[in-house]
Amino acid sequence: MAASRNSAAQNALDAARASSEVRLSVEQVSYAYSPNPAQAPLFTLEASSFQARPAEIVAVLGPNASGKSTLLKLIAGALEPMSGRVLLNGVVTHSLSPRDRAQRIAMVQQESPLPFPFRAWEFVLQGRHAYGRSLRFESDQDIAIARNALAQVGGEHLTDRFMDQISGGEKQRVILARALAQQPQLLLLDEPTLHLDIGAQVNLLETLRRLAAANRYTVVVVTHELNLAAEYSDQVVLLQRGRSLRVGPPAAVYQRELLEQVFQTSLSVELGSSGRPRVSILPGPPS
Amino acid sequence: MQPLTLWRLLIRCAILAAILLVVVIGALKFGAVRVSLWGLGHDLLDVILHKSSSISSDYGMIVRDIRFPRIILAIFVGASLSIAGTSFQALLRNPLADPYVLGVSSGASLGAVLALIVEPHLALPSAVAALFTPLGAFVGAACAVTAVYFLGRREGQIDSNTLLLAGIISTSFLSAIIISLMTTLISRDLHGMQFWLMGDLSIPLQQNLRWILGVAFALAAVAIYTTAGDLNLLLSGEREAMHLGVDVPRVRLVVYIAASLLTGLAVCVSGTIGYVGLLVPHVMRWIFGSDHRVLLPTAAFGGAIALVIADTFARTVVAPSEIPVGAMTALVGAPLFIYLLRKRLA
Repeated sequence: MAASRNSAAQNALDAARASSEVRLSVEQVSYAYSPNPAQAPLFTLEASSFQARPAEIVAVLGPNASGKSTLLKLIAGALEPMSGRVLLNGVVTHSLSPRDRAQRIAMVQQESPLPFPFRAWEFVLQGRHAYGRSLRFESDQDIAIARNALAQVGGEHLTDRFMDQISGGEKQRVILARALAQQPQLLLLDEPTLHLDIGAQVNLLETLRRLAAANRYTVVVVTHELNLAAEYSDQVVLLQRGRSLRVGPPAAVYQRELLEQVFQTSLSVELGSSGRPRVSILPGPPS
Repeated sequence: MQPLTLWRLLIRCAILAAILLVVVIGALKFGAVRVSLWGLGHDLLDVILHKSSSISSDYGMIVRDIRFPRIILAIFVGASLSIAGTSFQALLRNPLADPYVLGVSSGASLGAVLALIVEPHLALPSAVAALFTPLGAFVGAACAVTAVYFLGRREGQIDSNTLLLAGIISTSFLSAIIISLMTTLISRDLHGMQFWLMGDLSIPLQQNLRWILGVAFALAAVAIYTTAGDLNLLLSGEREAMHLGVDVPRVRLVVYIAASLLTGLAVCVSGTIGYVGLLVPHVMRWIFGSDHRVLLPTAAFGGAIALVIADTFARTVVAPSEIPVGAMTALVGAPLFIYLLRKRLA
C-alpha cells in the first residue's frame, strides 16, 4: 500500500520533471490544405514530431512548399491539426484563447507594411495587449517591459523613430522586441532574416541565441539559411514536400546526399571552424 | 516615448469640444438672417440662469427651431461618418476607405428608399413604422459592406485597389437603382433625389426618432471604442493581430455591424454625405497620431466640427438659397482625396 503510494508520488514527480524538461512537444501533427472538402488536398503535411526544451533553438529547414510555415502555424495554434497535437507545457496550443496564446507564444513573421505611421515604442507596447483590457491604458510595468524589450534587442535609439523610416534590420529588431514584450515561453520566427544583409542576419541570430539563453525561451525558427541554421540551432527539422525527413542536431542532419536530394542541387558539406557543419554550393547538376 | 494616459486623452477631447462649441455658436449666428452674437449670448445666458424662459422672439424661432436642431443633426452625422470612416480604414488597412467611397452610404440610401416604398404596404404599427427606414438603411449598409469586403478580395487577401474599385462601382450601380426608383415614384412623398445622392441636413428629424437614433448612435460608438486597442494591432495585419491576442473574427464582426449602423443612421437622416469620413480621420491622425484610443473620439469631434462648418457654408454662400451639404463636402473633399491618393502612390 505504502509502496504503491510511493511509486504513484514518484510517477507524479517524474511526470513533473519531464514536463518541466520538455517545454514544446509536437506529437505526430499533420495537416491538409484543400479549397473544398470534396477535392483532394492541394498540400499535405504528414505526421511530424519533435520536442524542444527551454533555451533551445530549433531550425525548420526545407525547400519552398515543403510545409515549413504550415508546421509553424500548427505549433502556434493558429491552425488545428488534422491529427496529432502540439503541447506547450502540457497544454494543447490550439485550444488556448487568442489572449492566453499571446501570453505564451509570440510569432515574428514577415510584416505587411503599416498603412499608418506608428512610432517604434508604440509598436513594441502592442506586445502587452494580451495582458490588458482593450481600453486599459498601459501600466508603468507594461512600459518598463517594453523599454526592456527594446533594450534587449539593442534598439533603444529607435524608441521615438517611425516604423516606416527605419532600415529593414532595425525594423526586424523592433518586431522582435514586440514579441519579447509578450513575455512568451515559445518564440516562433518565420524567415526572420529574409531581405536582411549578412551583417543584420548574423546580428539578429546572435541576439536570438543570447535571448534564448538569458530568458529561457524555446525558439523555433523557419529559415532558408542553411549555414546560419547550422551555426545557431541546437536541433534541425528537415522537411521535404510535407514530410519530415530528419530531426536531430545539425551535424546529424547535414549530410551531403540528404541535402542534395532535398534541395536538388550539388552541395559540399564540411566541418567549419566552430565545429558546426558548413554547406557550400557546387555549380552544376546534383552528382 | 509618451504613453497614452486618461489625462492626455481627456485634454485632447476637451480642446476639440471647445472648438466645437465656438463653431456651433458661429453656426447659430450666420445664415440667411443675421443674428447678433452679443444679443444671442445675452439671451442664452438668461435662459440658462432661468431669468427668462426663451430666447427673445425676433430671432428666437430661427435659432431655436431651425438652426439649432440642424446643427445638432450635423454634429451627429459628422461624428457618425468619421467614426465609421476611421473603423473602415483600420479594418481594411486602407487609408482611402470610408463609408462613401466603399459604397456603404449608397447601400444605406437604397435600403432606406426601399423601406420608404415598402412601408405603406405593410400596415405596421406606427412605432415600428418610424423605425423601418433606419432599419432599411442599416440593412442596406451591412449588405454593401459584405459585398465590398468579398468583391475586394483577391487570393484571400484584401487588395487595396480592387477594394476601392469595387466600392466605386457599387456606388455607381446603387445610385443608378436609386435614380430609377425615384423617377418611377416621383409622385410619392419621399425626400428628393438630391437628398439621397448628395446629402442634405435641412430636413428636420422627426420627434419620435430623436431618442432612438441617439441611443443607437451611442451604442454603436461605444461598441467600436471597446475595440480601439484591437484596431491598433489590426493595422499590422489580421494574422499578426491574432498572434498578439486579438480575437479577430469577433472584432471584425462588432466593428462592421457598428460601423454599418452608424452609416445607416447618418444616411437615413441626411442622405449620402461624402468625404467627411475619409478626410477627418486623416487630419486627426496627422495631429494626434494613429492610436485608435485617441483617434476614434477625436475623429468624432473633428467630424462634427467639419460638418457644422460645411453646413454653415452650404446655408450661407448663396443665401437665401442653399447648396446641398454633400456638394460642399465634395467640393473640398475630392481635391484632398486626389492629393492623398497621389501621396500614397509616391
